[in-house]
Amino acid sequence: MRDFWKNALRDLGKIGVAYIIITVGIWLVFMILIPQLIMFDYSLRPMLALRDIGGPKDVWTLKNYIVFFTNKLHMAIFFKTIWSSFIVTLVALAICYPIAFYLAKVVRGGKVGLLMLGLIIPYWINELLRLFAWQLILADSGILNQLLILLGIIVDPINFRAGNGAVILGMTYAYILFMVFPIYNVMESLDRNQLDAARDLGASWLRIHRRIVMPHAKPGIAVGCTMTFMLAAGTVAAPQLLGSPSSFWFTQVINTNFECANWNQGAAYATVLMLLCMIFMFIMLKIFKVGLKELTQ
Amino acid sequence: MKSSKSIFRIVVGAYLALFFAYMFLPLIFMTIIAFNANEVPQITPWKGFTFMWFGELAKDEQMWKALLNSFIVAFSVVAISVPIGLGGALLLTRLQFKARDFVYGVLVSPILTPGIILGISTFLFWDSYMNVPGGLWTAILGQATFITSYCMLLIMSRAQRFDLTQEEAAFDLGASHRQVFWKITLPFLRPALISSVALAFMQSFDNYNTTLFAIGVEQTLPIYIGTKLRSFISPAMNALAVVFIALTIIGAITYEYRRRRELIKIR
Repeated sequence: MRDFWKNALRDLGKIGVAYIIITVGIWLVFMILIPQLIMFDYSLRPMLALRDIGGPKDVWTLKNYIVFFTNKLHMAIFFKTIWSSFIVTLVALAICYPIAFYLAKVVRGGKVGLLMLGLIIPYWINELLRLFAWQLILADSGILNQLLILLGIIVDPINFRAGNGAVILGMTYAYILFMVFPIYNVMESLDRNQLDAARDLGASWLRIHRRIVMPHAKPGIAVGCTMTFMLAAGTVAAPQLLGSPSSFWFTQVINTNFECANWNQGAAYATVLMLLCMIFMFIMLKIFKVGLKELTQ
Repeated sequence: MKSSKSIFRIVVGAYLALFFAYMFLPLIFMTIIAFNANEVPQITPWKGFTFMWFGELAKDEQMWKALLNSFIVAFSVVAISVPIGLGGALLLTRLQFKARDFVYGVLVSPILTPGIILGISTFLFWDSYMNVPGGLWTAILGQATFITSYCMLLIMSRAQRFDLTQEEAAFDLGASHRQVFWKITLPFLRPALISSVALAFMQSFDNYNTTLFAIGVEQTLPIYIGTKLRSFISPAMNALAVVFIALTIIGAITYEYRRRRELIKIR
């Protein structure tokens, strides 16, 4: 420990060490740790009138969690959020893996830059506007209905926004590119010679992918899946813009709790959502056998 | 053999064409509608080419106020996230300590946390323990929590390539810590710092989920858009989308150009 401080002071000087401690300290304590702990604390306390706060009724309780686990509707919404996010993640992976491989290892020269730009531009466009575009397409008098009527496939417009399909479609569109870039980044570092060697030795392309490309791309796939799942499960914009009023999503339930000033219940639901995302991340780390460090390179 | 290769080419080409059509067609439709004089935002019936929706948008005072707020928030986030990100990057690249991996995990955890959680926790902390009601300040801090992680990762990736012998040489020649930092370390990190300013600004400007829960009754531009899109949709929103898309394209091209130039320099 003494060596640590001696080395730190020698390399960075007093001001440098103080700068690091102050900046990182503020961020770690006041922006990351304390707010999280307070949210958790909120989730463990009952909702009380202002005068009861700090009084004898203000004790830790699991009531808010019990309310969640015994509410059939909210449980169903929670499971819907899980499987929908799962579908979004799988579809995004299936679509993006070939794109990432093509960009990283097949195409060469100036075309790469152009294709990359073609990915970056929609990636940078505001999430709400990407969802708005689908709102326009799926509306009753929207492009899809008009097209189907014009082609004579349907007579009356279909209400695409009933049910959950529109939200899942929108989420896939809005978050798909969070899958491309992590996979592309790891694939780019794969040595092309390995692929050539495997091909020369007669390996089929399926085998090349299974034995060489996929093992190499594991960290990227894990990051992409974690990010996509987290974004899909945590989006409040997609259900707000594309969901039907009769079918709520988990983030909307959280939002309603806060709008009704039941912060304690809202905090409990938010904690459940965070646990879900953490569990998913650890499953990904286990499946792909990567460390948290490789996850965010 | 040759024919199977050309079939493969056609399949790949078709796949790419489909993928990019999927990515861009919705945005193109949205853009076309912005110029249709039809009051309902749709392509048909086409009632003539017009710029009127841009005029309509410009008359909306709420929009200008939200835009101003967005700038205030974005500049503040940059001012918080880049210096702290630099501190984090120096901590993790320059100092050796046992709990390093653990600290790293905690510092990047905001990126892997759903945005609404960051908004909620920031709001609860400041509202009930610091007596600061939800507003621009809580929105700034909620956003900065995870944007700082991005800045740190960006700065780290450059700091890891730093040649420490440069600093040692300077120390041997009698330079002070301050001189070494301003003359050697900072100039080396400059490109990464500039990129992280751009990234932090864009991330903040686009943020919806975290902001929604932290901002209380105030509005940034995404919150304004969200509110409008949930109520009555006017093609003025398409006009706003066109402005956003145009700016994004310019921003993405400059950012990518810079990044590439930096990559070439490294190689």
